[in-house]
Amino acid sequence: MSFPWARHYEPKNALTQWIDSRLPLPRFVYNAVGAGYPVPRNLNYFWNFGVLAGVCLVIQIVTGIVLAMHFHSSAAGAFESINGTIMRDVNAGWFLRFAHANGASMFLAVVYIHIFRGLYYGSYKAPREMVWLIGVVIFLLIMATAFMGYVLPWGQMSFWGAQVITGFFSAIPVVGEWIRVWLLGGYAPDDAALNRFFSLHYLLPFVIAGAVILHIWALHIPGSGNPTGVEVKGEQDTVPFHPYYTAKDGFGVGVFMIIFAILIFFLPDYLGHPDNYIPANPLSTPAHIVPEWYFWPFYAILRAFTADFIIPAKLWGVVAMFGSILLLFFLPWLDKSPVRSANFRPMYRIAFWVLVLDVLVLGYCGGSAATPAVVIASQLTAAYYFAHFLIIVPIISRLERPKPLPNSITEAVLGDHGGSRMSETALSA
Amino acid sequence: MLPLFMRSIKFIVGLGFVFVLFLALIGTITGLIKEPPQATAEEEFHHHPKELALKSDGLLGKFDNQQLQRGFLVYEKVCASCHSLSLVSFRDLRQIGYSEAEVKKIAKDWPMKQPAQDPKAGTWGERDNLPSDRFPKVYYPGTGTPPDLSLMTKARHGGPAYVYSLLTGYEEKQPAELLARFPGAKTPEGSHFNPYFANLNIAMPPPLTSENQVTYSDGTRATVDQMAKDVSAFLVWTAEPTMQTRHQAGLAVVLFLLIATGLAYGAYLTVWRGVKH
Amino acid sequence: MATLEDGVSPTQTVVPTGDVIENPRRRDYLKVAAVSFAGVGAAVTVLPLINSMNPSADVLAQSTTEIDVTAIEPGQAIKTSFRKQPLFVRNLTPAEIAAADAVPVSSLRDPQTLAQRTREGHGNWLITLGVCTHLGCVPLGAGEGENRGPFGGYFCPCHGSAYDTAGRIRQGPAPKNLEVPNYEFTSPTVVVVG
Repeated sequence: MSFPWARHYEPKNALTQWIDSRLPLPRFVYNAVGAGYPVPRNLNYFWNFGVLAGVCLVIQIVTGIVLAMHFHSSAAGAFESINGTIMRDVNAGWFLRFAHANGASMFLAVVYIHIFRGLYYGSYKAPREMVWLIGVVIFLLIMATAFMGYVLPWGQMSFWGAQVITGFFSAIPVVGEWIRVWLLGGYAPDDAALNRFFSLHYLLPFVIAGAVILHIWALHIPGSGNPTGVEVKGEQDTVPFHPYYTAKDGFGVGVFMIIFAILIFFLPDYLGHPDNYIPANPLSTPAHIVPEWYFWPFYAILRAFTADFIIPAKLWGVVAMFGSILLLFFLPWLDKSPVRSANFRPMYRIAFWVLVLDVLVLGYCGGSAATPAVVIASQLTAAYYFAHFLIIVPIISRLERPKPLPNSITEAVLGDHGGSRMSETALSA
Repeated sequence: MLPLFMRSIKFIVGLGFVFVLFLALIGTITGLIKEPPQATAEEEFHHHPKELALKSDGLLGKFDNQQLQRGFLVYEKVCASCHSLSLVSFRDLRQIGYSEAEVKKIAKDWPMKQPAQDPKAGTWGERDNLPSDRFPKVYYPGTGTPPDLSLMTKARHGGPAYVYSLLTGYEEKQPAELLARFPGAKTPEGSHFNPYFANLNIAMPPPLTSENQVTYSDGTRATVDQMAKDVSAFLVWTAEPTMQTRHQAGLAVVLFLLIATGLAYGAYLTVWRGVKH
Repeated sequence: MATLEDGVSPTQTVVPTGDVIENPRRRDYLKVAAVSFAGVGAAVTVLPLINSMNPSADVLAQSTTEIDVTAIEPGQAIKTSFRKQPLFVRNLTPAEIAAADAVPVSSLRDPQTLAQRTREGHGNWLITLGVCTHLGCVPLGAGEGENRGPFGGYFCPCHGSAYDTAGRIRQGPAPKNLEVPNYEFTSPTVVVVG
């Protein structure tokens, strides 16, 4: 929007002119994701994941709306309405249900890649802090929505997940137990909790959609970043979003859909847990309560805190788990390095890949039974997680001597200064 | 002084978390040294499910109606008195090859009846099942109702192989080694030792005990192993009757997407032709 | 991984629009084909979404309704339900049958005789849906002491449609006679509807 060479929307016929002078929505779309938005020409495939996340949101909303037409939101009927009516009797109900359940996994996978793209290429740095901040808000909303959605089938994992997650709040001193009971509308998850979770599960995606619009708006003020981290200097550095990135995103969506379809049609229960095919039983806890895979790293952090120190271990775990996400809000001010892309930051790049490994190990720990070895591993990796953001990155950003940056995106592209290939440079690290 | 504090607050917070985790780590390690984890009988003697090959296995698995009907017979004659199938309807049996008349007869003759309220008297009684009814629920007052089998092959790790292993895995006596190492793990009165069950001792007595417990009409020899296989196959179907449709639709969808994505890649190449990036 | 420089020398400077095209036709075909596939895919994906809103298998399988008519005296009617819709079963008196037969068929809005609306040998049993053909209200007249309207059959209080003793529309806005569902007598006293 702020590029002087951006193409201008010109309504060609009387109808589009009429619309444009009254409600310039086509102009808005043209400038947002059309030919009117100049984008750096050197984006790699990691830049596909923003659009893919948007596709996921649409898939979840559409399948969710139709599923809600068949869902019975009651403790007595929820399990039966999903596993009986929807899976067996509703036309194509099995497809909708598996698409929605696996769509959540795809959404979170896409969002994680999108976040780590941002971490690697310094997308959170000036002048894009606001894009990042709204992004973290969206991430929190997605996690809340995903959690509440997982409660709705009212299987064993649904029920005990609701019990455990609301149990976090009872760790808060003095008012904790009251908050827990207030959240559930009772002393244990039951109709009241299920109905409010269903209500909010339906509401939040539209809040997410609103936040996504802000996210894209904030992005369009400075324009998209790029793998070199060097800002756009002129027209030669950019191509119009349409047709260049619509074509590339079209291909990206195709690959995404293939993976998604394989999950839905051939491995629909692969990412789920068998216990959620057992109806909720308030009198019997499953042997191992585990959340969905996308919460495993956070669940590992929660369980890593086993020592009382000033405050009880349980409260430490809850504070740390929420803190591990909330600290992302401060990242733009924790990392003071003027260089954005990790391609030119040798020390940060090592720290980044250690963090990736660290989060993967945390995820493995969170998904496993809490044996001593798993607890020790999660304590070590949780410590690195906090140290990475609060200690290592701030120190690196002062000590590090970045590699020389290319003068412009075009120079990087034509001179092959590296930059557009995250995987190659990453592997050489 | 204050600006310095502000600047170093991140280090303080970070070191705080690391310190508490360090304390927790020391706690875990000392706990491990003081009380090394004891092996349990469940860990040592639990078996993973045996191998079981069914036609419904794999990415393109199909149902074998012949086997499903045999499995239904085993369910009807052996399992149904204790285990309900409450998510499946009688009419669903049409999908595994029973005719409309057969389904009607099966529903009518089903020993467990549907609860029905007399509209005039308001009292509750029973009526015969209709094809449109779900299989009636079985209640066992007092002792706890045995689990519903509709989703059993999805609700256990190992699925049908678990069911098959459980049915054929009963052992008359606990292994001597188990009793020698874990004297406290003796099978309690009224339970039965089965190494495929999570805690090794299952309340259900062995359900399939002798050959020809049911009579197959298709001439298949009704060995215990065969009956266990057939009922496992049947429970794969009850867990997801639409599985075969899913596989077939999936094949078409993935093929379509492969072509569409190939074309999208071609379009992407042509759009970007000549633009170095 | 995303570099596609085949055919373009590294030194070549390229304008952003990338107008270095050797074969414009192939390029167009590919784009059209890709967009068409995307469109077809999207359209086909919408089908299950729409289809899921059709009646589900459990609704379709809602079995036939069996009614025991022993207790219905001549002149009486009962209200029961068939596929979640009200169903009227009425035992006509000889006078009501005569009244219905006396009406000239040609004078009716929806011409049908009583015989066409009952089963042979069970001419006194008038079995109709209790759904007014105007806008779907439940007409009065099946319950004890309800207003049967000016023609002695049924009367819809919503907009004043009046039906006669054969359930035929005689007055008011309704366009059609009360619908007679499929049914058969399995014994002299048992009707199976559906």
